[in-house]
Amino acid sequence: MARGSRQVGLPTWVFVPAAFGALFVVLPLAAILTRVEWGNFFGLITSDSSVDALLLSLRTSSVSTLLCVIFGVPMAMVLARTSFRGQQVMRSLVLLPLVLPPVVGGIALLYTFGRRGILGHTFEVLGIQVAFSTTAVVLAQTFVALPFLVVSLEGALRTAGGRYEAVASTLGARPTTVFRRVTLPLVLPGLVSGAVLSFARALGEFGATITFAGSLQGVTRTLPLEIYLQRETDADAAVALSLLLVIVAIVVIGLARGRGAI
Amino acid sequence: MKRWVGAAAAALLASTVAACGSDDSGDSSASDESKTLTVYAAASLTSSFEEIGNQFEADHEGVTVKFSFAGSSDLVAQIQQGAPADVFASADTNNMDKATADDLVEGDPVDFATNTLEIAVPPDNPAGVASLEDVAKSGTKVVVCAAEVPCGAAAQGVEEAAGVDIKPVSEEQSVTDVLNKVTTGEADAGLVYVTDVKAAGDKVKGIAFPESSSVVNTYPIGALADSKNKGLAQAFVDLVTGDAGQQVLADAGFAKP
Repeated sequence: MARGSRQVGLPTWVFVPAAFGALFVVLPLAAILTRVEWGNFFGLITSDSSVDALLLSLRTSSVSTLLCVIFGVPMAMVLARTSFRGQQVMRSLVLLPLVLPPVVGGIALLYTFGRRGILGHTFEVLGIQVAFSTTAVVLAQTFVALPFLVVSLEGALRTAGGRYEAVASTLGARPTTVFRRVTLPLVLPGLVSGAVLSFARALGEFGATITFAGSLQGVTRTLPLEIYLQRETDADAAVALSLLLVIVAIVVIGLARGRGAI
Repeated sequence: MKRWVGAAAAALLASTVAACGSDDSGDSSASDESKTLTVYAAASLTSSFEEIGNQFEADHEGVTVKFSFAGSSDLVAQIQQGAPADVFASADTNNMDKATADDLVEGDPVDFATNTLEIAVPPDNPAGVASLEDVAKSGTKVVVCAAEVPCGAAAQGVEEAAGVDIKPVSEEQSVTDVLNKVTTGEADAGLVYVTDVKAAGDKVKGIAFPESSSVVNTYPIGALADSKNKGLAQAFVDLVTGDAGQQVLADAGFAKP
């Protein structure tokens, strides 16, 4: 958007803290690179347990992102386009997982969906076992990732404003048509960037998963849990897997950038 | 402004110098006043060592005992990276061996306690577990430690000794995670240490099983070579291995080595 417009010069001093900030982020990543045992890097990341963990992470994060879109888009619309009593409180509550330590999220989920949680009995009657299942991982990831989508999309919706929607409506379009033909195309970049953020957050989720879902190879042990466990015995494997996770994260962000979403 | 900064810098420098001075001032117990002894101990020792620490502080006026409780492998990694610890107490000989191999321990470590596994079940024992065979039954939701951590290695050992094959629904990172899954009723049974069952009080029921004696975890303790308070560090080791310390550990469910 800024392309072509005249750049306003920055005060020179800004570059000093900016450089330190960038260094603070980049240096630890570089430190990982220096510790990787390149000789058996490939062997370490293609071991059975590593591959299982990576595939599980990609699978659960994708499902979580889908759930975030299914529930987050309507939530963002309600927050951005309506006003009702207690809306501020509602917004704060929805965004709570952003600031909550994930372990707290895990404990909360445990007392909700666990066997002895408030919904646990209902689920058991229905024959659904959440505890120690991949479903539990998805629930934990969706819980922590949902606010990212809601926040991004609500911002996009507010920035886009309601003018085009109002025009479409006066021309006789029904609310669903307005949503499909006007709102959605307008905020699509915001939606994609929200989805990417949710995916990234789900991919990195650790605390809620280990508290709520447990840890079993191929079922609940996602890549972050595998890294944490490998650290106990094989530091080289933990470093190799960390780098793998960094690469996956960079690829995800790169894909989103390529589409102009972020 | 400048003057204020200068004064602050001078004060900081002075306090640093003073701190260094007190650190260097010998090991004799005569100069004990306002010293800190830092003890790195396995997480399973938390309540026992806190009690022993209080006793140590009462015996040595002006000495503060600070603890860092974590998994033994985490602790030994931190000590290898130069963490300022005076004493290290490990939950297994394996991690202590890592420290001695790097010449980080002063003299030889001393074994001061042992611990064995027990089956922990929720108080109402929903799956009716009474033996290790019951734990291995299909349909029983069992949680153990992952083989990478000491409690998981111990669990594998007793499985082999008993000739049973447990199919856990989760292999947790630490014994605390296992216990938590049992206290919340998520799991029907878990394999944890005798001392963990005792510490959990009435939140879980412990079921002893004969095969547990096949894997005995030994806890070694040692003063560290880089300690600035070697005298105090050795005194702490002596307290733990002495009658008073042993009594505290026995009350927590530890056995003698």
